[in-house]
Amino acid sequence: MKYFIKKIISLIITLLVISLLTFTAFSIIPGDAALSKLGVDASPTAVENLRKEYGLDKPVIVRYGDWLADALHGDFGQSFKYSNKSVSELMASRLPVTVLLAVMSLIIIVVVSLPLGMLSARFSGRWPDTVINIVSQVLMAIPSFFLGIIITYVFGIVLRVFQTGGFVSPDKDLQGCIRYLFFPAVAVAIPKIAMVVKYLRNSVLSEMKKDYVRTAYSKGNSDNQVLYGHVFRNALIPVITFVAMVVAEILAGSLVVEQVFSIPGMGRLLITSISARDYPVVQASVLYITTIVVVINFIVDVLYQLADPRIRYA
Amino acid sequence: MKKKNRYLTVGLIMTAAVLVFTIIGQFWTPYPVNAMDSSASNMAPCAAHLMGTDDLGRDVFSRVMNGCGMTFFVAVCTVAIGAAFGTIIGALTGFYGGIFDEIVMRINDVLLSFPSVLLALIFVSVLGKGKYNIILALGILFIPSFARIVRSEVVRYKSLEFVKNAQVMGCSSMRIIFRYIIPNTKVSMLTAAAIGFNNAVLAEASMSYLGLGIQPPDPSLGRMLSEAQSHIFNAPWYALFPGIMIVIIILGFSLISEGLRAMND
Repeated sequence: MKYFIKKIISLIITLLVISLLTFTAFSIIPGDAALSKLGVDASPTAVENLRKEYGLDKPVIVRYGDWLADALHGDFGQSFKYSNKSVSELMASRLPVTVLLAVMSLIIIVVVSLPLGMLSARFSGRWPDTVINIVSQVLMAIPSFFLGIIITYVFGIVLRVFQTGGFVSPDKDLQGCIRYLFFPAVAVAIPKIAMVVKYLRNSVLSEMKKDYVRTAYSKGNSDNQVLYGHVFRNALIPVITFVAMVVAEILAGSLVVEQVFSIPGMGRLLITSISARDYPVVQASVLYITTIVVVINFIVDVLYQLADPRIRYA
Repeated sequence: MKKKNRYLTVGLIMTAAVLVFTIIGQFWTPYPVNAMDSSASNMAPCAAHLMGTDDLGRDVFSRVMNGCGMTFFVAVCTVAIGAAFGTIIGALTGFYGGIFDEIVMRINDVLLSFPSVLLALIFVSVLGKGKYNIILALGILFIPSFARIVRSEVVRYKSLEFVKNAQVMGCSSMRIIFRYIIPNTKVSMLTAAAIGFNNAVLAEASMSYLGLGIQPPDPSLGRMLSEAQSHIFNAPWYALFPGIMIVIIILGFSLISEGLRAMND
């Protein structure tokens, strides 16, 4: 219990530090909300008045407090670019798309890499292992956006089973949306599958050297019985952490791949906002993304600890 | 052992080949890098244009040759920044320990849990886009990974006999750190540098692809891919070659790091 409390406190501190950093970073950028709304040519008094209205004349720490209080209520202010939309509205339509894409890639990764990793370990040193090794080494080196381009070309233009730009929003047609997101999810998943396969293989092989494996063999178990009955579960523990680390990368990959397949998710929102200097949106997106990563790491720590209680006392 | 070193050999050969190709590309290319030729737009690969031409009639082969230079430049700069500051931070925190060590390592842990593309995106959203901002952002990002490696090595060596011996002989702490301990970390530093190169190339390509990295007129592999994407229907080779180049560069570095790690075991 003490372990969990310690973890939760450090989670809260990390989140606070991140929010403070995000806030200060964006308040030291030259050109504030008032200036960007009125333009550089506006009269100084008009800018001053708008600053007062936005509360920008207060000290940074007070503004941080106000902003944090609003942010905790889900209010991130108004977008500069889409003047009639609040940041939360923009995020609400984008976030589910990115999350859906990331979850789909995660499912593909787990479903494909577990059997391949076990196969590679089972036949270690023989041809299936060698083939898997070489292929995964190459696949790991392919950036997901390049894979995305290859996939659009092969499946979209040559085979015509997929149409780029045919995205449908998940509220309108969830099934259609999932169907559209399948290929982008594959593009995100493939390099990570290669990594997980390799990691699982090495984990199984190092587990096979342990004493309990010899005991299991000496009791007359077959290769498969030892592998699936004894080794698999133990080998999976480090793999769980690894997969969880990959989750953050899946998120990053999704942000980039959204651009390839023109999917209106968080990645597109963030990139257009960076280019348009739409700081309230950028600030909120950055905070959202960092929070997701930190929370995922927290969940991983807790899960890992549940899977292997020795960690708690380490 | 023999099999493991094959990684290193293949990786070194690939990287050396790309490097030679790139260095030549900085001084000589078959066509001027930004020369447009409207009579030769979207040409398929042929003897005159080995990798074809893009929509503006620019020779893709020349642009790839030259663009690799920018990729290497960004990678070398970021790894240098990361290694230099990471070594200093890691050495000091590892050697002196205490509350400062605790705080720095906590920050390190948080930074390390973020994928580099994601952090680069966050940094660029604050700093603005452009070549030097990308270098700065990625350089800062690589500090934690080097700091952690150097720190753990310093902690390991700190209590060994030869360091105690140096202390008794009256060497200053700085001399012990930089003359006695750091030279021992070179294999793990090399491995970290190879992984760093790998990540830097990937992150730079991604950022340039998103239009936030290297800006025109500098040719960049990532940016070429994003330009190529709108012409993929009639000029697929324009996307293929810069992409393959990125893959070869990353593969080379990842094989080197794999080989070094195997040697270390």
